[in-house]
Amino acid sequence: MAFAAGVDVGSTQTKAVIVDEHGRIVARALTMTGANVIRAAEHAFHEALKSGDLREEEVEYVVGTGYGRYKVTFGNTQVTEISCHGRGAVHMFPHTRTVVDMGGQDTKAIRVAPTGEILDFCMNDKCAAGTGRFLGAASSALDIPLDELGPTALGGERPVKISTTCTVFAESEVLSWLGKGKKIDDILLGVHQSIAGRSAGLLRRVGIEPEVTFTGGVARNVAMIKTLQESLGVPVNVSEESHYMGALGAALFALDHILTARTPARQDA
Amino acid sequence: MTTYTAGIDVGSTYTKVVVLKDGDQIAGHILLPTGFKLTQIAEQALAAAVAQAGLDRDAIGYTVATGFGRHQVGLSDAQVTDLTAAARGAAHLFPGTRTILDIGGQTMKASRLDAGAKVKSFRLNDKCAAGTGAFLEKTARYMGFATEEIGALVATSKEPIPISGVCAVFAESEVINHLSQGVAPADIMHGAVVSLVGRSVQLLRRVGMEPEFTLVGGILRFERMASIIRDQLKATVNVPAGDLVQFMAALGAAVLGHRRLERLAAEPAGTDA
Repeated sequence: MAFAAGVDVGSTQTKAVIVDEHGRIVARALTMTGANVIRAAEHAFHEALKSGDLREEEVEYVVGTGYGRYKVTFGNTQVTEISCHGRGAVHMFPHTRTVVDMGGQDTKAIRVAPTGEILDFCMNDKCAAGTGRFLGAASSALDIPLDELGPTALGGERPVKISTTCTVFAESEVLSWLGKGKKIDDILLGVHQSIAGRSAGLLRRVGIEPEVTFTGGVARNVAMIKTLQESLGVPVNVSEESHYMGALGAALFALDHILTARTPARQDA
Repeated sequence: MTTYTAGIDVGSTYTKVVVLKDGDQIAGHILLPTGFKLTQIAEQALAAAVAQAGLDRDAIGYTVATGFGRHQVGLSDAQVTDLTAAARGAAHLFPGTRTILDIGGQTMKASRLDAGAKVKSFRLNDKCAAGTGAFLEKTARYMGFATEEIGALVATSKEPIPISGVCAVFAESEVINHLSQGVAPADIMHGAVVSLVGRSVQLLRRVGMEPEFTLVGGILRFERMASIIRDQLKATVNVPAGDLVQFMAALGAAVLGHRRLERLAAEPAGTDA
């Protein structure tokens, strides 16, 4: 049995996925990227090997992706995260035509062909507004762990209107709403709506064609899923593996390489 | 008869109070972090400035509030915008001022004045932290430095490293990359300052640049800030001495308060009844 791996070095977290010859996920790992990007990539890969009870030699091909993809020193090649997220999303949900990927500091809207090929994409490249960082700002302002933001926001009934664009200023706006006596769940619902509104704007620029698949670390947030669906007016697919979609796509590209390299060898025999 | 007026500038980051004697001399000036209880902090800062001047609260004949929180301050007699107040304060110290650059914690403002210190036009950025003091604070924090250490840090830099400065959040990855490549924190901080100043010069161009330039705002308390601005503007700049750079709007508010007081005194008694 041959195995292929994808390592997605994101701005905040590094993800590694190992797939078998059938493209099934056999192992995964997630680590914080931190300052030493090379080590983070190695660490995530080794953690994945450990969790799948695999040896390094068993993994024939490794593809690096994400902003730190060139720091995957043991990788055989690199593929952009846009391609990887498109590929991963179509693998999980074959009817996917639009992907929204929300990560630590960027949000991407990607339109894909039925083959998983990228038709168009759009991302916030100038400013962190409307990205996962906005949630990070709310989390530190309110002193609520990131994981609890979504469930808390779902309790909101009268969401506040967040007027801040800049993520840095959002922290003070959240505190000033608190100072005005607003309830935490209403503030948080407003924060989620603000991000969803911004992401929907980005998606409209590439065209929203169903099915829409939501990927990236923020896709684990229940309130984000809900507010994004409300902003888009269509349901969105969310996989249990949403966080690993880029790494999965990278692993699938690695698998392609193993399989194509093998085909002529078989013909020779 | 000696008169005293007070100007209270409730900014996003700090609340500043100036107590002015006879519309001319600064008798007391106090700065406190604003926080979220605006009314309370304004009261505290005013009480401290009055005490510093060796006065009783009753000695203050007129109080003018300015800054983003000016309407939350219950104790003032009047409110003016921070642009108007800063213009008046800058012209009080430098009567030849025609262009003001004001960089605060969360805003950057460029304004052009007429000969009477009235604001003719202005441009401001309050939407994006990349053009404000928050950008420098964030950059410092990513490297483990406090805001107050920024000036000393930049002073030790030999050569600024280019920092793109498009977004204060994105700056974090940039800073981490530079640090991991062994770039000195001082050179990164210096680069962040140069990037911020680049943005401020763009803002000044849009409002129209006419000498004399006067620089105000909390960010100027950092060493070398003024000289970096001067180099990029290629012009001489007025800078209020010492910590006064942070008090221009409060000073201007106090000056306006004094004028109001004079006008009230000139009117025959009982006319406003």
